[in-house]
Parts: sequence; structure tokens; C-alpha cells
Amino acid sequence: MIQPQEMIWLSLGVAGVLIVATAIGQGLARRDGANPVIENLNQRIFAWWVMVGLLAIAFLFGKGGVTLLFAFASFSALREFLTLTPTRRGDHWALLAVFFIGLPVQYYLVWTDWYGLYSIFIPVYAFLILPIIAALSGDSTRFLERIAFVQWGLMICVFCVSHVPALLSLPILGFEGKQLLLIAYLVIVVQGSDVLQYVFGKLMGRRKVAPALSPSKTWEGLLGGIASATALGAALWWITPFSPLQAAGFSFVICVMGFCGGLVMSAIKRDRGVKDWGRMIEGHGGMLDRLDSVIFAAPIFFHMTRYWFTV
Amino acid sequence: MSLLTYMAARLFAMGAVGLARFVTGVRPDWRGCQPQAKQRVYFANHASHGDFVLIWTVLPNALRAATRPVAAQDYWGGDGLRGFIGRAVFNAVLIERIPSQDKPHPLDVIKKALAEGCSLILFPEGTRNMGDAPLLPFKSGLYHLASARPEAEFVPVWIDNLSRVMPKGHFLPIPLLCSVTFGAPMTLRAGESKDVFLARARAALLALKPNGVCA
Repeated sequence: MIQPQEMIWLSLGVAGVLIVATAIGQGLARRDGANPVIENLNQRIFAWWVMVGLLAIAFLFGKGGVTLLFAFASFSALREFLTLTPTRRGDHWALLAVFFIGLPVQYYLVWTDWYGLYSIFIPVYAFLILPIIAALSGDSTRFLERIAFVQWGLMICVFCVSHVPALLSLPILGFEGKQLLLIAYLVIVVQGSDVLQYVFGKLMGRRKVAPALSPSKTWEGLLGGIASATALGAALWWITPFSPLQAAGFSFVICVMGFCGGLVMSAIKRDRGVKDWGRMIEGHGGMLDRLDSVIFAAPIFFHMTRYWFTV
Repeated sequence: MSLLTYMAARLFAMGAVGLARFVTGVRPDWRGCQPQAKQRVYFANHASHGDFVLIWTVLPNALRAATRPVAAQDYWGGDGLRGFIGRAVFNAVLIERIPSQDKPHPLDVIKKALAEGCSLILFPEGTRNMGDAPLLPFKSGLYHLASARPEAEFVPVWIDNLSRVMPKGHFLPIPLLCSVTFGAPMTLRAGESKDVFLARARAALLALKPNGVCA
């Protein structure tokens, strides 16, 4: 697929940041190799190379590649989520339907640009049909709890995540053929905010935001991270259909949503008694540990862009 | 075994390992030992037909070829697809469930395989666990093998969550994360009685069970 001109500059910028981060990480490791924080930092940086590489390959394949990549991300996230869900034998058919019908159909609809259906397929159809399947299997033990878990998993891991590739179908005047940049923008700003919160938190974090939910989130990290990521988002206005001021507003909203997403997902992990969702991404934890902020930011970003910028 | 059967078996094995990884995202946790080319008897909890595929999947390639599951002759020893899987793919040590006069005794068959130097995967509960208890009582075979082959390492292996992936009576698996945890190797102590050894082995296996977050 032909990439927009801006993508070349963006790729060089991201590669540059990763090279600098790798150099810093290796320098720190040479000075203080046994430190587990630094070891984890280097694992994280390495995993970023892999994730950026995968995203770049998907971008080269265009819409099909990006849709497939996020379908796999949804699959991994859903697998992690339902592993921690107290399902029973009676949920077997409902779970099969979620994995083998719900997920592929949602991404197929996104791929074919059918906005009218993909925006309601899970909130309406799956919402009503899943409890029917569960009821037909005849097990009423903790029924509401079980069905709520499965539906929540489907909304979070499939519906919300599918709004990232759905950005490709937004018809924005004067921005035709450049929608991949919207995905790059969303991912860079939201994940950049995560990274910057981590950096500010590690360097000067003292006061905890929500000690009952997450030991690693501090006010210093939150404010420093969101302020700098908003500035980053404003500075990247030239790859979006937004003006610099609008870009700052959009970035601020998605950074705050991303932070709150991390908080919500931490609350679930606490309740289920685990530290990470999985072990898929070295140094980061599971797919959901990395995606939580994007999950909460993507649908809001999609609808704000759709409401104000599409024809 | 003909070349064609051999190639079909290798292909099937690759497919099974790939499918197991895709569905369960399984990762080994070598908590009590490292994957090493020693003669070992991996003894594991048994709640699903896929159990030995999962252990096999997480073993490094070099060890996989020298590790044989112990399986029931009547189920995995026939002529059809199951026989192909049991014999050609997994090279199982096939035993009779119920010892009889005219067939070789199961313990002798397993001892012979050990004497040939290969490692084994076996399920000391003797049958699939379909109930709510985490682990059934062990059969005494494990003790007899440990006394017959004192130089082999007996490694407890906890397989977690696979029974949720493939519940009884269902054919299609649900993708859920599984883990395989390897404990510290144990051997029969001097003068240790059968009951003491079996209790120690069972406790070592139960100790590997993750704290249940799932009901």
C-alpha cells in the first residue's frame, strides 16, 4: 500500500526515539546490570521494537494487515480476560460463540466498513444473544455474574479494540487515503503517555494516586506524563486533520481516558488476585497490560473524530 | 514404520504443538529444575485428554524425542487414527488398564521402557479427574518405578486450566491460557515406605498448583 509522505517522517522519528531509548537502557545496564528495574526497562524497550515492527508490517499491508493485527490482539486479550473469569461448564457454547463468531464477525464488519452494523453488533446483538445461549444450557448458578463477565470481556477486548482499525473507514474531507496516520497518531499519543507516565513516575514519583488499585501510579507520573503527551500530540498536528489547538484537546482527552483505562483494568486485576494479565509481552505482562489505555481511548477518539471531522 | 507414516506423524506432531500453543498460549514454568537431557519421569495431574500434548509442547525439541507418554492400550493402541496418534506421533508406552494373565504386566512394560533409557510422562492418578477435588489419590505404580529405577529423576508437573479449555464431552476447545509448572526432581529415599513416598510425591505436585483465581 502507498504510504502517505508523513508516515516516512513519523517512522524515522519513532525509530530515532527507540534507538535513543535502547542506548540509554544499555548504558544503564552497563553501569548497574543487576538492578531488576533496569533489566525490566530493557525488556520493555526490546518488546517495543517488536511491537513497532509488527505495526509497521501491518501498515505496509494496509487495511487488511491492520485489521488482522488488531483481530489477533483482540483474540489474545480476550483469552487473557476469560482465563480470569469464573466460567462454568454451562458457559461452553457462549464462550465458543464469543471466540469463533463474535470476534471474527466484528472484524469482518470493520473490514467491510459497515459502520451501521459494527457499531451495534456487540452492544445489541451479542448482548441479547449471549444470555440466551447461556440460559439454554440450563445452568442458573451465578448466572448474572457469569454472563456479565463474558459480555464485559467481549466489549472491552473486541468491541473497543476494533475501533482502532475502524478509524481507517472514516471519510474525512481532504484526508482521503491518509487514515493510517490516525491510527499511528492514536497509538503514539496514548502509548507515549503510558511511557512518559512511567518515566516521570520512576524519576520523581512520590504521592500515589490510587494506592488501593495500583502501587505504580503516582501524581507526579500522571501529571508529567499527561502534560508531556498532550504536548507531543499537539506537536504532531501535521499528521492529522486537526489544527494544533484541536490536536492538543484530542490528545488530552485520549491521554486521560488511557490513564483511567489503566486504573479500571488494575481494579479488575486486584479483584482477581493477579499482578499481570498474562506473560505474552516480555517486561510488560500480557496483551491487556499493554492495550488497556488504547482500549479506553480508541472508541472516544473514533467518535470525536467522526462527529467533528467526517462529512 | 514406513517413511510415509513417519512424515505424516511428524507433520501431525507439529500441528498438535502449534494448535496447543495457539489455543492455550502455554508457557513452561521451570520452577524446580531446568530442561536437561537426564532420564526423568514427569508425573502430572490428569484432567483432560490433551494433558500429555501440553507437556510435550513445552519440552524443548531435543527432549521431546526422548520423552514418551504412558497411555492406555485400549484407547491409544488401536488401528485407527487414535492408534496412529498413540504409536506413531507420540511413541506412547502402551499399557493394559487392567492386568491380565496373557498380556504383559503394565509395570513390566513401563520398566522396560525406562531400562531403554527414555524419559516418561505419566499420570499417577491412573484416570482422568472429573470431579471437584484438585488431585485424586495416587496409584502405587509411581513407587514401584522409583524403586526399580533409583537413578531416574521424578519430576512433579502441574498442568493448570486445560480442563476448562476442553471440558468433558465437548470437542471444540475454548482458547484460555494454560500453564505447565515443573517442580523439583525427587527420588526414593533410603528405607522410604510406599505410602510415605506416594504422599510426598502427591504433596510435591499439589504444591505447584497456582492459587485458584478461577472457580
